[in-house]
Amino acid sequence: MKSDHHVILRVIAKLLIPVITMYAFYVQFHGDFGPGGGFQAGVIIAVAVILYALVFGVPAAMRAVPPVFTRSLAAIGVMIYAGVGFWALLNGGQYLEYQALFHEAPGEHHGQHIGIMIIEIGVLCGVSGAMLTIFYAFAGRVAEIRDEDW
Amino acid sequence: MPGMFNGDFGIVLVNIFLLSILFAAAIAIARMRSLFAIVMLSGIYSLVSAVWYVAVDAVDVAFTEAAVGAGMSTVVLLGAMLLTSRTAKPEKMFSRLGPFLVCLATGAALIYATVDLPPLGDATSAANAGVGYTYLQVTWFDTGIPNVVTPVLASYRGFDTLGETTVVFVAGLAVALLLGFGERSLAERIRNEGRGGADRRKSKAPAVSDEDPA
Repeated sequence: MKSDHHVILRVIAKLLIPVITMYAFYVQFHGDFGPGGGFQAGVIIAVAVILYALVFGVPAAMRAVPPVFTRSLAAIGVMIYAGVGFWALLNGGQYLEYQALFHEAPGEHHGQHIGIMIIEIGVLCGVSGAMLTIFYAFAGRVAEIRDEDW
Repeated sequence: MPGMFNGDFGIVLVNIFLLSILFAAAIAIARMRSLFAIVMLSGIYSLVSAVWYVAVDAVDVAFTEAAVGAGMSTVVLLGAMLLTSRTAKPEKMFSRLGPFLVCLATGAALIYATVDLPPLGDATSAANAGVGYTYLQVTWFDTGIPNVVTPVLASYRGFDTLGETTVVFVAGLAVALLLGFGERSLAERIRNEGRGGADRRKSKAPAVSDEDPA
């Protein structure tokens, strides 16, 4: 490390990144009861990795979260979501009919809870993977932000 | 608006304060030439508009605006800006006139349209009286989830959300196909800097990163 004039930025970012990630999971799994859900949580997770990339450099972020992982994650997220629809189809319901997941009568909510939770996880994976893929596509082409740009 | 001062006067003050910040930021963005400052100001614009969405009780929209508008799109615009020059070219006086007239006409039409809008939180308005009220009544029996937004998003409109997720995925795929996946061009850059080759696009010296593995 040649120059360390961003030391405050580094220390604060190291403190913040785990908190941001935990907050993303709070937003994800608390979406049934308060504002939030897969879209917001996915973007927040992506922002945590992007903060790491901005402060510690894109190569370090690519070693931590490889681009091949992010683009696979985006595809897997969409497949998880679509898979819940096929799960309902196989159980004799219509596509994405959560009531059919566990053959429940109307008024029982187990399938709704499980189905919504799984598709929200799919949304989380899809959004965070796609956002990080977009970020890597841009950030992989440019040099880091130089000091005179600030 | 005659009903404006019937409600809480403090809310009105907060709205005026936030909207004037938005107005000032928009004017500043329109007048500035430095792209870096414009990107930062657009992030501030998104953040302030997220606060304003909270003030009008649209918490989920505010959440998304803060995460996507202020966080994500600022970073992507920053990356796009670093690929181009740092300042926008100043336009001629005449070429500003057309967009200015278009903005004035659109703004006048929007202000004319707001006269017909129902007041905020009106229970008899079209948005609250029809399908929205039905959702509020049946959601608890249908899904047993307290937050009405989540079942509307994921259960009643599950196809829409599947489509939105696919759109996000396709957007990421399209950007990756157009710009490359990132790691290959980055490896090329690291190799160029390791050889001491000058950056071809700029006459300045290439940027030196703090943790360059090369």
